[in-house]
Amino acid sequence: MWRRFKRDRAGVLSAYVVLFFFLVAVAAPLISKVYGKDATTTYGLNEQGLLNEFGYPVKPNGGVSGRFWFGIEPTLGRDVLSQLVYGIRTSLLIATAATVLCVLTGVLVGVTAGYLGGRTDYFLGRFIDLLLAFPSQLSFIAFTPVVYSLFVSPEKETPTYLRVVTLILVLWVLGWMGLARLLRGQVLSLREREFVEAAKVTGASPWRIISKELLPNLWTPILVQSTLMLPSIVTVEAGLSFIGVGIVEPTPDWGRMFANGAHYYESDITYIFFPGLAMIVFVVAFNLLGDSVRDAFDPRTGR
Amino acid sequence: MSEQVSPGEPLLVAEGLTKHFPVMGGFPFRRKVGAVQAVDGIDLTVRAGESFGLVGESGCGKSTTGRLLTRLLEPTAGRITYQGRDITHASRTELAPVRAQIQMIFQDPYASLNPRQTVGRIVSGPMEINGIHPAGGREARVRELLETVGLNPEHYNRFPHEFSGGQRQRIGVARALALEPRLVVADEPVSALDVSIQAQVVNLLRSLQRELGIAFLFIAHDLAVVRHFSQRVAVMYLGRIVEVGDRDDIYRRPRHPYTHALLSAVPEALSAGTPRERIRLAGDVPSPISPPSGCRFRTRCWKAEPRCGAEEPPLVRLEGNAEGHLTACHFPEAGSTTARTQDVVLDPALSG
Ligand SMILES: Nc1ncnc2c1ncn2[C@@H]1O[C@H](COP(=O)(O)OP(=O)(O)O)[C@@H](O)[C@H]1O
Ligand code: SF4
Ligand SMILES: [Mg+2]
Repeated sequence: MWRRFKRDRAGVLSAYVVLFFFLVAVAAPLISKVYGKDATTTYGLNEQGLLNEFGYPVKPNGGVSGRFWFGIEPTLGRDVLSQLVYGIRTSLLIATAATVLCVLTGVLVGVTAGYLGGRTDYFLGRFIDLLLAFPSQLSFIAFTPVVYSLFVSPEKETPTYLRVVTLILVLWVLGWMGLARLLRGQVLSLREREFVEAAKVTGASPWRIISKELLPNLWTPILVQSTLMLPSIVTVEAGLSFIGVGIVEPTPDWGRMFANGAHYYESDITYIFFPGLAMIVFVVAFNLLGDSVRDAFDPRTGR
Repeated sequence: MSEQVSPGEPLLVAEGLTKHFPVMGGFPFRRKVGAVQAVDGIDLTVRAGESFGLVGESGCGKSTTGRLLTRLLEPTAGRITYQGRDITHASRTELAPVRAQIQMIFQDPYASLNPRQTVGRIVSGPMEINGIHPAGGREARVRELLETVGLNPEHYNRFPHEFSGGQRQRIGVARALALEPRLVVADEPVSALDVSIQAQVVNLLRSLQRELGIAFLFIAHDLAVVRHFSQRVAVMYLGRIVEVGDRDDIYRRPRHPYTHALLSAVPEALSAGTPRERIRLAGDVPSPISPPSGCRFRTRCWKAEPRCGAEEPPLVRLEGNAEGHLTACHFPEAGSTTARTQDVVLDPALSG
């Protein structure tokens, strides 16, 4: 399996790209320190000569220079590279947490429904149908503020950590059903296989059958689905922040950089260029990785 | 083992064993609209150390019977006793002491081994589950078992997909032996294998049965495989046992028309030279959802009369039958398999 994966060039390359993004996210404070700038300082306002009287960078290409590698933000004059690095950190933190929760829930519900069958399966199935019936984008937009208001009264400022927790919660609640449904189907067919009966004949407990007989046969779909789920959650989170129901100023966020960038793109295309490029590279690499993982696990694809 | 049963004593007894699978249907609420009468009131006794053959066409309920006896399925009705102890509805924990003594070999060597476990894990799993620590360790015991079933002990760390069908079935046998059972239910253990391999696996099972004194319930869909293996044979049709008896009674003096039909399909069922009757059964087995009234075989029986539809023939010892030779038929055959005056061919399309 591992050998098969290593032979897949695109897979290995995308794995490195994905790894790089996670390293960036984890090492954001370090990068910021070495680079000598942070994400919140308004360099353009503090120093003369960086922004012109309309608030746009004086230097061409959005103010890209030896000092500000990716340029500076119009109006406020913050450093784009630092913003991006910290933005990736915020987004990946939220997306990773939500993915982990979704996968855990999906596995739990899917395996339970598939293994127990009968009434349990029926009710879990209808519950999944119900959740799937929500138009997800709309529900995210509609529910996120509602959940905020559950925690904090609307007059008060919502603290950043609460926004993060809320986003994770909303992404989790509406994100696990696909995997659950997939695994339920797999378990339904696996549990009819004779090796499960063989384990039962020797007296295996349901727990042992699930953990030792069924789960080892489910790692492939779980891994593949997780690698496909994470980038999609990253884009959803970006979308929410873009619309304004996600992470708000001054916390840097990948998605919100697009929102800001969209404001200025006519006069300053560079500002949206770097976050956009990074996002595209990330999502494409992650999806390629997912495909490669699936191929590596599936003995039928000849490699 | 505390309760020893000497050879020949009843080990596993089933009385009136019944399994009906509900057929669900209807809209918008699914409800039971019928039942597949997979097994319908069968009695059988497997004695300690003996090999008991269960034979019948595919779909007649043999696997269901095997799964009921190993308690993989919950009986709809009837009683199962093991060494005099009622295990009909015993729960998993209540069953634990008996579990190790009744093991099973499955039909499909590809589905019966977990593709993600090594041979070592597959064979040692039963010991792990039952907390058995053999002297010398589990791994040594597994290697020993692999050798017993004719596999290389060095294959301990290999995965099932590296083996052929026959080797996989041997792995399944090793797993069944891991708990030192007293009874093994073998559900068509060779019917998925190449003919050339079948004999090897049957021979392995036979030597195990003799050397280890394990009782076997050997399930097969024709009488050929069972012939050299079983001391007693039961013939099943549509969820019922239609004839049961010692091997010689069944092969030489069968009384039930269905047994005759099955036998006529066995090559060299009789010593060479004796002209053999030819019977070809017409049509399909009726659906077990709505089996024929009275005798279930009557839709395909060439001796059927009105009484067969009205009255269900009981499974009894017929006049002239040996002790323990029971037949369920109103108009039994004479009790020989030599040629009739005419071939019985029920479907003109089949003759030729
Ligand atoms: N789990 C089940 N649910 C419903 N029907 C079943 C189930 N298992 C077996 N049957 C039905 O019971 C009958 C007997 O099946 P089986 O015992 O597998 O026959 P055999 O092993 O003799 O070929 C068949 O008609 C089959 O379709
Ligand atoms: S009872 Fe009648 S139908 Fe049934 S096997 Fe005997 S003769 Fe045939
Ligand atoms: Mg079967």
